[in-house]
Amino acid sequence: MADAVFRAESLSKTYQTGDVLVHALRSVDLEVFPGEVVVLLGPSGSGKSTLLNIMGGLDRPTSGRLFFKDRELSALPDAELTEYRRNNVGFVFQFYNLVPSLTAYENVALVTEIAAEPMAPEAALALVGLQNRMDHFPAQMSGGEQQRVAIARAIAKAPSVLLCDEPTGALDSHTGARVIAALMSVNSKLGTTTLIITHNAVIQEVAHRVIHFADGKISRIAENAHRKSAAGLVW
Amino acid sequence: MGKLDTKLLRDLQRMWAQSLAIALVIAGGVATLIMAVGSARSLLETRNAYYERYDFADIFAEVRRAPRSVLDEIRRIDGVAVADARISKLAVLDIPGLREPATGRFVSLPDRGEPLLNKLYMKAGRMPEPNRVDEVVVSESFATAHRFEPGSQFAAILNGRKRTLTVVGIALSPEFIYAVGPGDVMPDDRRFGVVWMPERSLAAIYDLEGAFSSLYVKLSAVADERDVMSQIDGKLARYGGTAAFGRKDQTSHAWLDHELDMLRNMSRTLPPIFLLVSAFLVNLTLTRLVALEREQIGLLKALGFSNGAVAAHYAKFVAVIVLAGIVIGSVAGTLLGVFITRMFGDFFRFPFLMFEKTPDLYVIAGVLSLIAALLGAMRALREVVTLPPAIAMKPPAPPMFHHVVPLLGRVDRWLSQRVMMMARNLAHHPLRALFTLLGLSLSTAILIVSLFTRGTMEELIDVTYFMADRQDATLSFPERKSVTALYDVGRLPGVVAAEPYREVPVRIRKGNVERRILLSGRPRDAHLRQIIDVDLRRVELPEGGLAVSALLAEILDVKVGESVEIDLLEGQNRTLSVPVAALVEDYFGIRGMMDNASLSRLMREAPSINSVNISVDEKDLDDLYARVKELPSVSGMALQRASLENFRTNVALLITTMAGIYTLLAAIIAFGVVYNNARISLSERARELASLRVLGFTSGEVLRILLLELGLLAVLAQPPGWAMGYGLAWIMRTELAGEIMRVRLVVDPSTYALASGIVLLSALLSALVVGRRVYKLDLVAVLKSRD
Repeated sequence: MADAVFRAESLSKTYQTGDVLVHALRSVDLEVFPGEVVVLLGPSGSGKSTLLNIMGGLDRPTSGRLFFKDRELSALPDAELTEYRRNNVGFVFQFYNLVPSLTAYENVALVTEIAAEPMAPEAALALVGLQNRMDHFPAQMSGGEQQRVAIARAIAKAPSVLLCDEPTGALDSHTGARVIAALMSVNSKLGTTTLIITHNAVIQEVAHRVIHFADGKISRIAENAHRKSAAGLVW
Repeated sequence: MGKLDTKLLRDLQRMWAQSLAIALVIAGGVATLIMAVGSARSLLETRNAYYERYDFADIFAEVRRAPRSVLDEIRRIDGVAVADARISKLAVLDIPGLREPATGRFVSLPDRGEPLLNKLYMKAGRMPEPNRVDEVVVSESFATAHRFEPGSQFAAILNGRKRTLTVVGIALSPEFIYAVGPGDVMPDDRRFGVVWMPERSLAAIYDLEGAFSSLYVKLSAVADERDVMSQIDGKLARYGGTAAFGRKDQTSHAWLDHELDMLRNMSRTLPPIFLLVSAFLVNLTLTRLVALEREQIGLLKALGFSNGAVAAHYAKFVAVIVLAGIVIGSVAGTLLGVFITRMFGDFFRFPFLMFEKTPDLYVIAGVLSLIAALLGAMRALREVVTLPPAIAMKPPAPPMFHHVVPLLGRVDRWLSQRVMMMARNLAHHPLRALFTLLGLSLSTAILIVSLFTRGTMEELIDVTYFMADRQDATLSFPERKSVTALYDVGRLPGVVAAEPYREVPVRIRKGNVERRILLSGRPRDAHLRQIIDVDLRRVELPEGGLAVSALLAEILDVKVGESVEIDLLEGQNRTLSVPVAALVEDYFGIRGMMDNASLSRLMREAPSINSVNISVDEKDLDDLYARVKELPSVSGMALQRASLENFRTNVALLITTMAGIYTLLAAIIAFGVVYNNARISLSERARELASLRVLGFTSGEVLRILLLELGLLAVLAQPPGWAMGYGLAWIMRTELAGEIMRVRLVVDPSTYALASGIVLLSALLSALVVGRRVYKLDLVAVLKSRD
């Protein structure tokens, strides 16, 4: 098998909130491979977002090590983490986080201006089926469309990994399925390693692997012998 | 204390820096008002009390020699409450340790008791014994300048004879608060002093036994000043009297009045501007601050709090900040007011100070700030409380932005996305952008109006000392002399050039408006004392033509080519009509000027002089001073260099100190505005900026996006700020212009640059402070929370 994109070794994270010590991650070991679609499932507070934030360079583990290819992320200073995010990671969030004062095209171009080897903004938007909405502002688009702009913005820098935290959480079933379809299409055309956090068990059917979280630990890893296409998803 | 109040305290604690910045803006406005109006009122009150307690006279008149019996006649004039007479003479002094000659104003004291009017406040020592011919009391400023104590001695040339005098007392007088020597415009404590001597001694020296040379009168409450003056003139005319004059033509009073007027006008002009600017800025800031609380407000309403309770909560929040500002401003304003009152009180040498209580100011400043702040907060609240709680608790839907320019041109594709964000943000909140711009412009403007006096003072010095009055010194005579005196002066050691100067008191009139001025005559080709017109060109007057101060022309409403009426108040007392030939650019007093030949013809006298302007060879100065100290016929020697030094240390210092205080307050306001702006922008856009950080923008890049807008506004705000600053300076200049002193409005480039520099520096400092917060932006928390 190819070298892992991410390799976590006894990754732990504890937060001190007031007098309470919260164990968000308890000694997690995990490998994620190039081109994989991984769905992270689990109840609130089970540690999946913490893992994703650490993988995305937004947070640091308390102990253990995390490697991106052969760089140890857990040891990088802030400036290098920023550089890592800029060139390697695409984020998609539940609440889109688009810049309201920029059009769809400009939201994507915002990222291509700073990335090392970006795609053309038009191409990224075409990948998510929004080539006709390029000059619309966020306020002129539906939630699903806004989320697809966010996906286009995430992939436009041609990242190695796409990290999605509840990408369909704010969307209805039909729109949500279209967003998942857009992610799958990016994955198959560009081979971007994709991690998706969700509460929605239906989405696991599109993944290569499904990782179940409980209590800050991986409780179970399942492989899908038969992946469903996003078009077949209903919830 | 309810839980809402606990929330209030915690909120204030959380936002202490920002709350303090807003409070400081309010404090700046409040402090300015309390300081300026308070000190102006205190000084005015002090002066009035001083005048009243020490019986300052209302009318003054000088005569050559009038018998004492005339005094009884004058006391019988209707409207005269008290009249007293004395001997008053100018004489050259020789002070041990002082290189230059000094001048003394010798004033007689009654042999028994104290004067009926213009009483002395004894600072030290005692009154002279009437039978001791050498005992004198001297004015405090003069004594201080020479460290005189009772027992100190100095020499004076009295009526041609040098005498040694002994200081027995040091005193203050309401008549000589502002003591200016002959030929001078500025008080010079080293070189001019008032010397009080028993009448018996002074009368013996000047052969004035049973006679007087100076009269002063206190009016009864219902008296008509003009009527009394003309009756006095009638009684004194045959004794060589020059026309009587009131307080407004009395040098000390006029100068003091001018300075107090200046302070009062400053207090009427600047503080309202400062207060309005600060109120306006606080209003803007609080609107945005409360708007940020949208979700909290929704939550409070969802929990069942009424609109009224929510409004009251935020009103309290705002009130606490405003009250803090009012308290800081009141304390600072009171302290600054006391400081300024003391500074001017020292300068004027008031024997005591009265600090006016000014409760009305605290109320005005407080209420205005509070209303402005509450209006700002309520404007934001009105928008939020009308929303159903469920909507208010959600983050606002993405606001609708628009293409700034039509899509056809596609210029937007050429600009970076960061520039587009800024442009659309500005276009989306045009009012806010406009108000921010206005706030920044006003900050620059109030700085300019605080700073412009520096350039103006330099211009005044340049025109007065280096273009117009270029003589090194002026020698004055006690009485007018034949023009041959000019040649005597020309033969004194070191004198390189000498020009004659003649001065005649006149009344100048057009229509119903008249002023008492000095009309001077000088050679047509004078190059020491030149006539400089309003275009700053040297003018040579035509035969018989009159030049008047530009301000005097304005007062009389006369233009070049028109004629004015002139009453000669010396000699034959004729009235004649003279054409105005030029308007003079001058800054001290209002004056008339002619060539000396024309003036002689007007006076129907042989060429005469009152003083000689000289230029001196530096290396012979000591010889010259030594000779002047022995000259019997000279009453004083004015030195331009000393005069300029005095101007710089006295008047310029007072004005620049005031300007410095105003500048400081303006800078605090400017900083508060910029800081709050940056801080609130950060809160409003925290989510957007955190997203950018997640996308891979560095903290520095994000900070630049945040500050690009503020920076652009700060830069754009400067030109309108300059225009407004010039306008305010113009208003100030006009308010401060007086017959005693005025300035030419010069706002030099360095003033604009300095004002803008302070505002831009505040912007930079706020950027640094806000920058720290951008670096600490918690990416995960901002993205997880919905806003």
